[in-house]
Amino acid sequence: MSKQFLKVSLSPHIFTDESVPGIMRHVIIALMPAFVMGLYVFGIGALKVTVVAVASAVFFEYLIQKFLMKIEPTISDCSAALTGLLLAFNLPSNMPWWIVVIGSFVSIGIGKMSFGGLGNNPFNPALVGRVFLLISFPVQMTTWPKPLTDRLSLDGITSATPLAIVKEGFKNGESFSSLYTQIPSYWDMFIGKMGGCIGEVSALALLIGFVYLLKKKIITWHIPVSMIGAVAVSSTILWLVVPDKCANPLFHLLTGGVFLGAIFMATDYVTSPMSKKGMLIFGALIGILVVLIRVFGAYPEGVSFSILIMNAFVPLINRACKPRKFGEVR
Amino acid sequence: MHKLKTFSMGGIHPPDNKLSKDRPIEKLALPSKVYILISQHIGAPAKVVVKANDKVKVGQVIAEKQGFVSANIHSSVSGTVVKIDNVMDASGYKRQAVVIDVEGDDWVDGIDLSSELKHEISASADQIKERIANAGIVGLGGATFPSHVKLAIPKGKKAEFLIINGVECEPYLTADHRLMLEKADEIIVGIRILMRALGVEKAFIGIENNKPDAIDRLSSSATSYRGIEVCPLKVKYPQGGEKQLIKALVDREVPPPPGLPIDVGCVVFNVGTVFAVYEAVQKNKPLVERVVTVTGKSLKAPGNFLTRIGTPVSMLINAAGGMPEDTGKIISGGPMMGKALSSQDVPVSKGTSGVLLMKEQESKRKHVGPCIKCAKCVFACPLGLEPYLLAKLSMRGLFDKAKEQGVVNCLECGCCSFVCPANRPLLDYIRLGKTTVMRMMRQKKS
Repeated sequence: MSKQFLKVSLSPHIFTDESVPGIMRHVIIALMPAFVMGLYVFGIGALKVTVVAVASAVFFEYLIQKFLMKIEPTISDCSAALTGLLLAFNLPSNMPWWIVVIGSFVSIGIGKMSFGGLGNNPFNPALVGRVFLLISFPVQMTTWPKPLTDRLSLDGITSATPLAIVKEGFKNGESFSSLYTQIPSYWDMFIGKMGGCIGEVSALALLIGFVYLLKKKIITWHIPVSMIGAVAVSSTILWLVVPDKCANPLFHLLTGGVFLGAIFMATDYVTSPMSKKGMLIFGALIGILVVLIRVFGAYPEGVSFSILIMNAFVPLINRACKPRKFGEVR
Repeated sequence: MHKLKTFSMGGIHPPDNKLSKDRPIEKLALPSKVYILISQHIGAPAKVVVKANDKVKVGQVIAEKQGFVSANIHSSVSGTVVKIDNVMDASGYKRQAVVIDVEGDDWVDGIDLSSELKHEISASADQIKERIANAGIVGLGGATFPSHVKLAIPKGKKAEFLIINGVECEPYLTADHRLMLEKADEIIVGIRILMRALGVEKAFIGIENNKPDAIDRLSSSATSYRGIEVCPLKVKYPQGGEKQLIKALVDREVPPPPGLPIDVGCVVFNVGTVFAVYEAVQKNKPLVERVVTVTGKSLKAPGNFLTRIGTPVSMLINAAGGMPEDTGKIISGGPMMGKALSSQDVPVSKGTSGVLLMKEQESKRKHVGPCIKCAKCVFACPLGLEPYLLAKLSMRGLFDKAKEQGVVNCLECGCCSFVCPANRPLLDYIRLGKTTVMRMMRQKKS
């Protein structure tokens, strides 16, 4: 009988096939339809911004881990790449490359690594980078290229997004029906033929990604449905009460970053609640905040701020929404 | 076709791997030496009543139970006692065992060794309990709780339902499955015996839906008894946990510890234990052997073997075709809750439901990553606990907080460690928390 050494460890002795890199890869795949639409609508600029964001995010994580934290770099878990991709999708495609690099640096360095790396950050890193850029470079961050125009060049004409047109119009006292002629049809907006950030324009492409994530059991329906539902309900209420300030709910759903935020940003595991009930509350409050900021706030878009604000409340939500213990009578 | 009953909280779906489900139970040959551990049950270890050079017969008491929560140990072979020695057991520690040289197969008088079905139950409830206690019967599902203690209903509590656990939710294990197929009639008699002992009129047999032949077989054996109902259950681990089983069958939740099934009027017994009860009460046969599944992807001939208590695991492995070259782990029990053995010389005890040989590549733990707060462990926990939190508190030494968060409720099913995509050893830390808190609670009492 050959001498064999037996491994002795505690139960369980079998494990799931799922892994963190595997999950990140599935999310990246789910973002591909939106990426394709982004390339189609905005052209080379979208490719440039995305590649720069992803490469610099990975590069900064590697640098910080290897030389500052002096630990084994974990870039192979694809989380930095995903952060870079999501940051890119939240930027206009005509962003100067060096601003994109700064955005990645802030996302990874401040948004993630300063808190201790993967799993420790309280705020969505891509959104931290985006909001930093919005505040530091407001002009570049609110100047969008004209969609479906000059897609093979990096210098094109710019035009306002539907959200910006309507917000500006309401400020000037115009009614929605007169503004409607200046924005694409609802169907075009649903497909993504409109101005905006690289990954946010096509609700259709994002929904395809949503179905993929649900099928692969990466996320559940709770956050996206509660957030989108809350946007729909609050915008309906305000539209009925103050139609001179608030457009109809379909407009609010299809413009800006509602779908991108609901499906890919608010659902980030690290910065979202850990119970189904908590997720519903989280999503609903984000949705309400989005509409409040859009209607009563200074900015035309409120998704990034709403998600970051609710990220801060996640520890409280986790405390308030603990699961019921088996046998406990509530 | 209505939906299958199941438990509502948590659970996972590991691959079945029931490699040995079509292998009929085979009597394993007698070993040349047995090592009978004197503690094969929850409660006080038994006290040895034989010494070196004593001659013993099969069924003879070799260690007597000490106190109420304890169990008798019987010799599973006839022969000569060699010595009382310390022998490696599944816990990884060496424990006291009676070592016997096997000579022939002589049983003590009074045991009915025929395989004829004895249908009529002549014993009274008290006689039944006495015979079960004398026969050294303990829970054969793996928990090894002394059965006569379970039948002693505390004052103020009443048993309403007898629940029979034919679930066998652990992957790979098929001993209970084969027993239900091959000894269905005896099991039904055993159930009637237990119903008489408890004074209950209703029994449920829970069987997972991946054993349709066993469901059919037991259903046909039970048709003449209105009080016995066979319930197919959805295949989900850990359906065989008694709390989950009670929840699925009668929709009642056992309260957190110190809560017990009797608090919701239920008493749960594994089918193997029920068969042992039949043999003890109807044939006067004490617990000296049990069915053990020997299995593994690289094994030549996985099977289910009727094994004498005290047989070294190496004999079982040889009977299944010998130890494969690529073996990395030998597990006593199933892959979710079983114990990895440090050697193949460990003897079979009353709680050994299976021996699983795992391949080298599958035996390695994967690299641990940081917690990404995905909450998969929370959604998988069948008891509504938050494993990531219990593990973190235990890791940091915050045991009071861990106790508050219910760490002692944990049944150690392993669902949390199984699902974690970051390969975090959640259950390892939760066990640390559990044992520390229980030690603190015991110290406070004294």
